[in-house]
Amino acid sequence: MAEHPTVHAAVAPGPGRAVPLRRTRLQKLLENTTLWRGIVAIVGFILFWEVCSQWKGWFGYQIPWIGKVAPPSDVMAVWMDILPQPGYWESWYLSTFRVFLGFAIAQVIGIPFGLALAVNKYFRDVFFPPFEVLRPIPPLAWVPAAIIFWPTTELSITFVTFLGAFFTIVINVLGGARSIDGRYLRAAQSMGASQWDLFRRIILPGTLPSIFTGAAVGMGITWEVVLAAEMISGGGQQAGGGLGFFIWSSFMGGSIEQVIVGMISIGIAGYLSSSAIRYLGSVCMPWRRLF
Amino acid sequence: MPESATETPGAGITAQAPAPAAKATRGAISIRNVTKIYDPEGVNVMAVDDCSLEIAAGEVCMIVGPSGCGKTTLLNAIAGFHSITFGEIYLDGQLLCGPEKPLADQGADRVVVFQNGALFPWKTLLQNVAYGPIVQETMGKAEALEKAADMLAEAGLADMAKKFPGEVSSGMARRAEIVRALINDPKVLLLDEPYRAMDALTKSIMHEALLEMYDRTKVTMFFITHDLEEAIFLGDRVVVLTTRPAKTKKIVDVKIPRPRDYRLLGSEEFRLLVSEAKGAVHEEAIKAFEAGERELA
Ligand SMILES: Nc1ncnc2c1ncn2[C@@H]1O[C@H](COP(=O)(O)OP(=O)(O)O)[C@@H](O)[C@H]1O
Ligand SMILES: [Mg+2]
Repeated sequence: MAEHPTVHAAVAPGPGRAVPLRRTRLQKLLENTTLWRGIVAIVGFILFWEVCSQWKGWFGYQIPWIGKVAPPSDVMAVWMDILPQPGYWESWYLSTFRVFLGFAIAQVIGIPFGLALAVNKYFRDVFFPPFEVLRPIPPLAWVPAAIIFWPTTELSITFVTFLGAFFTIVINVLGGARSIDGRYLRAAQSMGASQWDLFRRIILPGTLPSIFTGAAVGMGITWEVVLAAEMISGGGQQAGGGLGFFIWSSFMGGSIEQVIVGMISIGIAGYLSSSAIRYLGSVCMPWRRLF
Repeated sequence: MPESATETPGAGITAQAPAPAAKATRGAISIRNVTKIYDPEGVNVMAVDDCSLEIAAGEVCMIVGPSGCGKTTLLNAIAGFHSITFGEIYLDGQLLCGPEKPLADQGADRVVVFQNGALFPWKTLLQNVAYGPIVQETMGKAEALEKAADMLAEAGLADMAKKFPGEVSSGMARRAEIVRALINDPKVLLLDEPYRAMDALTKSIMHEALLEMYDRTKVTMFFITHDLEEAIFLGDRVVVLTTRPAKTKKIVDVKIPRPRDYRLLGSEEFRLLVSEAKGAVHEEAIKAFEAGERELA
């Protein structure tokens, strides 16, 4: 895609040449080549998928693998049918609620736990070894145990979701706090900072970038785990649906279109969640917005 | 000055330190027979060996020596970042560290300006400068911010106050860092190669700003550098250290009156002093280099 001529004009206004007016946000958005490439890529992909899926109907020959997949037009049609149904939105609500509950608990416990591991040697000596033994166990391996431990399926799912994010968050916080440049700590101490000042004004803000990295990765894992947990637990009687169960029951019911609708819904949900975290990150860390 | 100082090798030269301006009545450092051995039971690196040095109140004392000779080690001992193995260090006649108390307390009377800069990236320049008074609770938050703004303006950084360190040039960041140190009204400024890796032009601007600041505050400076022209231009004395373990090898007195400006750089007197210091440093640099080769072989 060609560079916009006004960009050059703005960079190098020659002598006597009028400096172009500041462009509005909308203009800038429209001139954003990255955005356009993204749109073209997504539209191109959907077209490619449509053509491949329709190939058999048009030419009598099925393209392997992708030829079996329902075309996007059918998926769209099914989606439009489902959209007004409260059950679909309830699935969204249930999964989102579980993700955020597990995620929030993981943050609330994980951040202080990681910071404590980072700043206190005794705490680290005692808690780090068991933590490291438990960490490699995949969250889904906890599902049977969770179902036995917790009285309700809902609690089991929340617990497994929590685990998914917890380990990632702790490892990121620990790593971030431990890798704060020693010069900042020394500078602060030499200006008379107390232990509490060091923690609050140096270690905490110094760890924020890692907290947000942990949150972004943890959020991704939480969605994976919630979906899988919903499928495994079958949604449960009291627990009910969720997007994972939505996909699973669509598969059992033989509706490939509905399975794809579920998958895309999860993609959108995951994207919205990570956008929210990125936005929160830029609000909490204004010094990182510069670059 | 305490009696034991007369026994130390550096003491004789101290008397010749240029008379500091009337205002400088504090910030005299006395380093007496200091030895620092890192990890005596393990790797056992002797970084400083029986080093003595008297720095007068209000003196700009430049420390030069081959890299790895123990300059930072000495600075860290004064700042209280690590302990010394033998000897004593006094500040204005008060013991900072000695045999009974090998690690000096850290305090805002000796503020450090670091090699690569250590402004907190998550605070604006203004918040950075206000940091010391706020954590020491010597001022309320509003008062500290106001004072910080005044001091930044005085240093020509008024427009930059609301910016983050990542948004300003390294020269401005370093200037702000010195302001952040000065707001604590320290007795001594400990500078560890603050202008390293800056281009010559930026450096000369930094030097003039620093001298201007010094003429105003007359704060004692313990200033480490490996740039000999910088050392002579800024310093009252230039202390050349030997290759590791560090001892004082030679002290060059710079009896050039203040205020100084860049025209000094062209003068014969200046060049003679630089070459005098260069001779001493060069000898040590060769020793350090050869020692390095032996270690590799
Ligand atoms: N914590 C440490 N443990 C062991 N050796 C160290 C330590 N810190 C510095 N050294 C060694 O002490 C010597 C002096 O270091 P330093 O004071 O940093 O030198 P410089 O003069 O370049 O500032 C060097 O050889 C360095 O390798
Ligand atoms: Mg050094």
